[in-house]
Amino acid sequence: MSHQEFALEDLKRILLEGAGAEEGVDLDSDILDTDFEELGYESLALLETGGRIEREYGIEFDDDAFAENRTPRALVAHVNGLLQSA
Amino acid sequence: MTAKVVITGIGVATPNGLGVDDFWAATRIGKNAIGPVTRFDAAQYPSRLAGEIHSFTAEDHLPSRLIPQTDRMTRLALVAADCAFEDAGVKPGDIPEFDMGVVTASTSGGFEFGQNELKKLWSQGSQYVSAYQSFAWFYAVNSGQISIRNGMRGPSGVVVSDQAGGLDAIAQARRQIRKGSKLIFSGGFDASICPWGWVAQVAGGRMTTSDQPERAYLPFDADASGYVPGEGGALMILEDAEAARARGAANVYGEIAGYGATIDPKPGSGRESGLRRAIETALADAELAPGQIDVVFADAAGSPDLDRIEADALTAVFGPAGVPVTAPKTMTGRLYSGAAPVDVVSAVLAMREGLIPPTTNVTLAPEYDIDLVTGQARTASVRAALVIARGQGGFNSAVVVRAVD
Repeated sequence: MSHQEFALEDLKRILLEGAGAEEGVDLDSDILDTDFEELGYESLALLETGGRIEREYGIEFDDDAFAENRTPRALVAHVNGLLQSA
Repeated sequence: MTAKVVITGIGVATPNGLGVDDFWAATRIGKNAIGPVTRFDAAQYPSRLAGEIHSFTAEDHLPSRLIPQTDRMTRLALVAADCAFEDAGVKPGDIPEFDMGVVTASTSGGFEFGQNELKKLWSQGSQYVSAYQSFAWFYAVNSGQISIRNGMRGPSGVVVSDQAGGLDAIAQARRQIRKGSKLIFSGGFDASICPWGWVAQVAGGRMTTSDQPERAYLPFDADASGYVPGEGGALMILEDAEAARARGAANVYGEIAGYGATIDPKPGSGRESGLRRAIETALADAELAPGQIDVVFADAAGSPDLDRIEADALTAVFGPAGVPVTAPKTMTGRLYSGAAPVDVVSAVLAMREGLIPPTTNVTLAPEYDIDLVTGQARTASVRAALVIARGQGGFNSAVVVRAVD
């Protein structure tokens, strides 16, 4: 499991499972640099998403992980960083 | 001068009908919707019948964003709210957001959601519990979700007084309109046909253990053996009558003309139940004499001791067999906070059609001196109706609904 990778597709799947998608937001469009808030995910949706990523990938986020990584690109990179240092 | 408060929009979902048309078509002919529990395996429980809603698929009506964060009762309530807006001919943005509020009632809260998360907590660990458990189970969640979805930021809240709450919430909505709000959503929804909700009700000791859908929930019948629980409820849009007229409201179903609420004396005190006083207070508030009430929608507990109290209160206020009494909830089971709002809906639809829907399956026991409408619906001119609801713990509430010319 040490070389597991976290891709945008994984994030999208987990977002949909845990919080669904906002009306009028297409997760298949170019969302890499769009703020999560703009995509319709408030703090609770991100808390749920974070919990699901932690469970599935066996990692642990710091409390400010989602405050510092506010877009899909930043979060995916952050998760991969955690996976590599695991 | 206190403002007249009228019902201008309805959303209803009960075991015998989704939407006003289906609900009334079923209710006016006494369509039974009580059957064996299918939402979970109830075989090992002493009570095994329920009034379930079988034809509701939340995903057909609500965005996927709302599905992971809502209990079944909230999904039903959100869809009913959409229907009520449509029925009232109002769109959420038409009225300033701080002039619209939501006051609902709740008995259980989101038990099915809560049960699933507690199950994860004990079988998998705390990290498996949904973040949405923080509010999805909560009594106020229906008010909150309706408020968020429709941008209603005026006076809002929840009333928790079991079945009586369905009327208490309507009264609170009326207060807020009299204080200046333009539009308040009110009513109640419960849907806790899950093991956790079930054991809580079984422990109350008033659920029937009958397995015969037509002989299970029999208020005022010699064979009364308790109640059958159901799921669902109704939401109504309440508005100031003048404001509704000014915007040209298409439907003005009726006026919330009177309200009374009491608490029973301590058990064993030997004092009379507060129910009669709640009825008299509602009549006085509506400035109507008992003879001006055309029909009573009874609480109809289905337990002989409680049926006795209600029949005595009705006879004391209206005289022996002095007013037609009905309990259409015999078709659906008791819907907790949803029951009385559904009865208010039935009352205004009875006015519209001139027809009192029947109490099904029941043969009136001779010991009760009331004019119970059994068997079939009864044609009648209905201008004013009394709706009664009682809640576990001694809550008694009554609302008078009056036709608007």
